[in-house]
Amino acid sequence: MTRRTGMTTSRRTLLKTGAALGALAAPMLNARTLFAQSGAFNWKRFQGQSIEVSLVTSPRADNLKRHQKEFEDLTGIKVGLEVIPEQQHRQKAVIEFNSGKPSFDVVQMSYHVQKRQFARAKWTAELTQMLGDAQLTPAEWDRADVTQRGLDYATDDGRIGSLPWSVDYWMLYWNKELFQAKNVAYPKTIDEIVAAAQKLHDPGAGVAGVVARGLRNANVPVWTQLLLGWGQDTTTGTPPRLITDTPDAIAAAEVYKKLLKDSGPQGVAGFNWNESQSLFAQGRAAMWIDGVGFAPPLEDRSKSRIVGKVGYGVFPAGPKAHMSAMFGDGIAVTAGSQKKEPAYFYCLWATSKAMCNRLLQAGGGVPFRHSTLSDGPTLAALTVPRDWANCVAESGKIARAALPVIVPVTEFRDTFGTALTNMIGGADAAAELKRATAEFAPVLAKSEA
Amino acid sequence: MAAQTDGIVNAEPAKRPPSYRPPRYLSFIVPGLIATLAVIVFPWLFTVWMSFHEWKIGGSRHWVGVQNYVTLAGNQRFLEAIIHTFYFTALAVILPLVLGTFAAVVFHRNFPLRGVLRTVFIMPMMATPVAIALVWTMMFHPQLGVLNYLLSLVGLPPSEWVFAKHTVIPSLVLVEIWHWTPFVMIIVLGGLAALPSEPYESALIDGATPWQMFRHITFPLVLPFLVVAGIIRTIDALKAFETIYVISNGGPGTASETINIYLYLQAFAYYNVGDASAVVVVFFGIIVALSLVLLYVRQRAKWT
Repeated sequence: MTRRTGMTTSRRTLLKTGAALGALAAPMLNARTLFAQSGAFNWKRFQGQSIEVSLVTSPRADNLKRHQKEFEDLTGIKVGLEVIPEQQHRQKAVIEFNSGKPSFDVVQMSYHVQKRQFARAKWTAELTQMLGDAQLTPAEWDRADVTQRGLDYATDDGRIGSLPWSVDYWMLYWNKELFQAKNVAYPKTIDEIVAAAQKLHDPGAGVAGVVARGLRNANVPVWTQLLLGWGQDTTTGTPPRLITDTPDAIAAAEVYKKLLKDSGPQGVAGFNWNESQSLFAQGRAAMWIDGVGFAPPLEDRSKSRIVGKVGYGVFPAGPKAHMSAMFGDGIAVTAGSQKKEPAYFYCLWATSKAMCNRLLQAGGGVPFRHSTLSDGPTLAALTVPRDWANCVAESGKIARAALPVIVPVTEFRDTFGTALTNMIGGADAAAELKRATAEFAPVLAKSEA
Repeated sequence: MAAQTDGIVNAEPAKRPPSYRPPRYLSFIVPGLIATLAVIVFPWLFTVWMSFHEWKIGGSRHWVGVQNYVTLAGNQRFLEAIIHTFYFTALAVILPLVLGTFAAVVFHRNFPLRGVLRTVFIMPMMATPVAIALVWTMMFHPQLGVLNYLLSLVGLPPSEWVFAKHTVIPSLVLVEIWHWTPFVMIIVLGGLAALPSEPYESALIDGATPWQMFRHITFPLVLPFLVVAGIIRTIDALKAFETIYVISNGGPGTASETINIYLYLQAFAYYNVGDASAVVVVFFGIIVALSLVLLYVRQRAKWT
């Protein structure tokens, strides 16, 4: 037995240290190191070319920007990167695509808003062939590792028009301290959310039972998340037909109304995610229904008063189904680009395992990859609680797209969002949904004609 | 006539009057004319032409005649947007005019630190509308905003400000008042500085009270300046977009959706270019009609 002193090191200690260092170093491996495994794959075949990339301001874009030089060193392709806010990016993309000569070769797209619009106009290049070409896609990109939901999201009419990049599942954040103080258990069903919200709602103490988006347009995912509990979407069939005034849709809207009108904070009709986040982070709301991307600010002491007190729960089951609403982003090559292959290389790099691991570690998003959420070193380096990662992994198993795949998504959200806002003000849920359905039906019919 | 009467036809052309100039100068206005046609006339004609089409970006274009206008006339949301626009404009013009005039009368007097206080008072006017809107959005927060905290200090109940339908437009007007009252004050101060002193001396000799002097001397004399301020404020308030878009985005629901917000959504969120063009043409008609009324008022208010 080795005698331990301050200077001597046992074999076991060395092994442990080595493993720990390896674990720390693994996520830091750059794309060149990882892709170098592909051996014969020639990353330099488009060396000397330059591409233009257009992304939305977000942690996802920050992640790519931070490591851009690695891509340029790996491929010899020069990247011109443009990062602009979401609303402006959507307008710019549409206007430039419509001009026939967009200024970018690679573009970020949000599946829940732009998928059908882009696919219908064939604004993005078909990637199916390139994905199957070993000269253009290294084995390490590993298509089998990409989730089926991600691939489905990226596919329209059998055509893969983008690579799935980042997914947002909806969940229930809960304040453990407030729950404990009133001896309330984490809700397992939507009915239990309503009951818990009522118990925890304490306006005198400045605490709302629940907070969620009430603002027109932004509020629609809250309702569709609830609606998934009845196992129902907002449209059905081909061409899509609205099913937004069915008894189940009305029942989900009644829950939305009940939650926010009776147990929501004052002024919730004008709340978007940022107002909701502020309130929850200040410990002034017991539950918050929203996407999974808010753990980093909630666990940041400079922004949150509830660090270490946040519970991350998979969204509870409804009366007929248990699903988590899913939204997502992809990255695509523009159909009009003269540099499709170099642009495709950028998309491959952006959605590679290495970049996906980095994205999760930084708390910037959840990739559409199986391996990321089971990658030990990546999970070990997470800056947010493991509960959050577990919640994300579990939500992914029951995820379902929660907005209709149609061109006029924004009009859909505005029309039904207005109805939902009116409900918070006391309007009848059934009457509002019938009015909104009647108002939007001709818009949908015209768009799908 | 004289030549015909005499039976002689004078073949020489009649002499041109000495004031006549051949139209050679036309070549000098051609660049300006082309620029005007390109940047003003053509976009307008194109907008009118597009308003007769059904055209969604990314889709095909069809001629629909006046259908877009007919649809607009029956569109409840658009009609409500017109009402919201007038409601917002009326408040955002009248209140800064009243408060700006009051501030000008106060700052026209001599008192210690007047210059410093005047500078402080006009500072909001220099701020960027989007930055102002973002700050006010935080201040309006019903639970975490400073405004409800201030109300609580004086024992008043909290307000929902821009987060409730019935208070959203008055709350947005509050931002406009804060932002633009100094502008009215500057214009009225200019008017006050130009006033003659004799009428006031006569009024003092006759024993007039300060209110009587304001009502019968100051107000009629600064009225032309107020009308100018009113015209500029009306145009600004009709154009108001950033403040509303950033703070309420037309909500809650559509409670603060003005024509500008509606137009923006049609054009850049729904990509209904035909409908949006029809809205532009109707809005243009409204502005022209309002401008004519304001010009008429300005003519009436001129010093005679």
